[in-house]
Amino acid sequence: MINRGYYGKFGGAFMPEILTATVDELVKAFEAAKNDPSFWKEYMYIMSTYSCRPTPITFAENLTRHFGGARIYIKREDLNHTGAHKVNNVMGQGLLVKRMGKTRVIAETGAGQHGVATATMAAKYGFKCTIYMGEVDVARQRPNVFWMERLGAEVVPVRKGTRILKDAINEAFRDWVTSMDDTHYVLGTACGPHPFPEMVSYFQSIIGKEARRQILEQKGKLPVRVYACVGGGSNAMGIFSGFFNDPVELVGVEAGGKGLDSGRHAARLASKKGSVGVAQGYKTYFLQDSDGQMKETYSVAAGLDYVGVSPILASLREEGRIRFEATTDREVLDAFSLTIEKEGLVPALESAHAFAQAFKEISDLSKDDIVLINQSGRGDKDIFTIADAFADQNWRKFIKKKAEEYRA
Amino acid sequence: MLETYLRKRLEKKNILLMTHIVLGYPSFEDCFRIIQAMVAAGVDLMELQIPFSEPIADGSVILHANQKALANGVTIQGCLDFVQKVTHAFDIPFLIMSYYNIFFRYGVRDFVSAMSQRGLQGAIIPDLPPEEGKDYFNAMREHKLAPIFIYSPTTPDQRMKYIASFARGFIYCVARKGVTGKTTSFSGALTKYLARCRKATNLPLALGFGVKEKADIDYLEGKADIAVVGTQTIRIMENEGIASVGDFILNLR
Ligand SMILES: Cc1ncc(COP(=O)(O)O)c(C=O)c1O
Repeated sequence: MINRGYYGKFGGAFMPEILTATVDELVKAFEAAKNDPSFWKEYMYIMSTYSCRPTPITFAENLTRHFGGARIYIKREDLNHTGAHKVNNVMGQGLLVKRMGKTRVIAETGAGQHGVATATMAAKYGFKCTIYMGEVDVARQRPNVFWMERLGAEVVPVRKGTRILKDAINEAFRDWVTSMDDTHYVLGTACGPHPFPEMVSYFQSIIGKEARRQILEQKGKLPVRVYACVGGGSNAMGIFSGFFNDPVELVGVEAGGKGLDSGRHAARLASKKGSVGVAQGYKTYFLQDSDGQMKETYSVAAGLDYVGVSPILASLREEGRIRFEATTDREVLDAFSLTIEKEGLVPALESAHAFAQAFKEISDLSKDDIVLINQSGRGDKDIFTIADAFADQNWRKFIKKKAEEYRA
Repeated sequence: MLETYLRKRLEKKNILLMTHIVLGYPSFEDCFRIIQAMVAAGVDLMELQIPFSEPIADGSVILHANQKALANGVTIQGCLDFVQKVTHAFDIPFLIMSYYNIFFRYGVRDFVSAMSQRGLQGAIIPDLPPEEGKDYFNAMREHKLAPIFIYSPTTPDQRMKYIASFARGFIYCVARKGVTGKTTSFSGALTKYLARCRKATNLPLALGFGVKEKADIDYLEGKADIAVVGTQTIRIMENEGIASVGDFILNLR
């Protein structure tokens, strides 16, 4: 392997020897695709006819008036087929799977959005599909489990470790080291061994390319700030990469959970608790103890509840190019309510982190300024969590009635 | 030097036996008794696994042992203290097996130095390919410890030679795809693979993953220099108790 995918001191490829040949093959297929103009054309064709690209940007007029600061624009990744940005990456990798002649795909999922996107791609391209999902996430994102199964995927609940996203990634790797002859591992975020961080960011860069063009077309100027939530970092890499060469402040928002002092969060870059380590095939900031054992993370949003973070983002933070912040569950639920009430938009709890941070800062900006928020996905999957958070009595009655029907 | 020891041993035995335990599982006291039984039963060398929260190359049995050990509060310092006792008490080579983050977090140079001070002879790190291992094998060379590297059936000939150029002691040949603890078929494909390994290096060859009974080891005689028994001893211990481990090892040869 020649290029081992380093970004400053982060990244690399720390994998069992058995996977080296497979990953080398993937690097080759990806490089060939990147250099083949027909590949991107095919990708764009799929994304504009099967998903909903280009997704629009929406002017949030009521929220703008409410805060009285900068003008708020929202990039609508929730309007993608399957309801999140995850499909951008998945369809790209799906085309690579076809090129490599493999017949089965596996994936990890936290929020279930990446799992649903992968199951969808597998249905369309005729691949067998297995999705690994932590048992905790299976319970809190049950609607997505239902759809993955309807789409023909096998969903394997992971009962090992902390039973969330990182543990699902470990299990997917354990599958892959056995099955790589016919199986591709569709990693869902800009993490893991090279070439995944680069490859996932490459497919997600479509978000930033479009957003930059759209805001310039509509407003004739760039935003002063761009906000994105950061789980593994794929939607953030996607939208930020459109603005790397511009005088635009980029703000990555991590899960503050119950607060940074509570120890119950997933703020690897925004808190002082993260430290550099090597796990899941790459080097980055992890939430780990002094022995190097990974800690349990926590967030109301399953998709942000992850112990590591993209090595590309870790490097950009060290360079000072991206600012990282964290918002708490409480702030996120408030931002979610305000957004649904004022704009009729339903952000995923992950995406609502970006909204919450923007709302905290927006009044400081001038009315002439523009901020752009990436709505990475829609919140339908969070129906149970949100119903509980707001103690929705009508919903509760309905669920009870439904349960009685099933019991009968 | 580890290789010299192995070669000497191989003058008397057709194949050597390396066993594996997870430190602190089920407890350090039990680990000590298991090592005692293994050494008495004629094990030639042992790998001592420092538990890690994300053991990506391990199957469910060893994974469970890692998690149990950590849940019991096993620390690196605890492992190093224990290892010190073990290398004093027993006269066979001991190696550390763990994942790279354990070394990295401690500081690679400091960790290697700590291994050396405690009389360890080498280390196996399944998630550290030679490309990422510069600090590690420099430190290992300085302390005259053996960095054991891994071959797999998917490793091309050219890469086997490349890997061998960093390795000392022996090469750990993984028998098949997959994680530890699954079944291996001891058949023609394995023979061919081991012949390929043999051609790529002059170092002794260890064969691990799925070795669990006498027939497997008989099969490996003349094809590999060391048979590695990992998961199976943990299974025996869990199912039949620590007292059965010694007999199990005795019956392997
Ligand atoms: C809607 C949504 N946004 C964001 C994320 C976080 O992932 P990433 O940081 O890779 O964008 C997820 C992950 O599941 C998600 O479903």
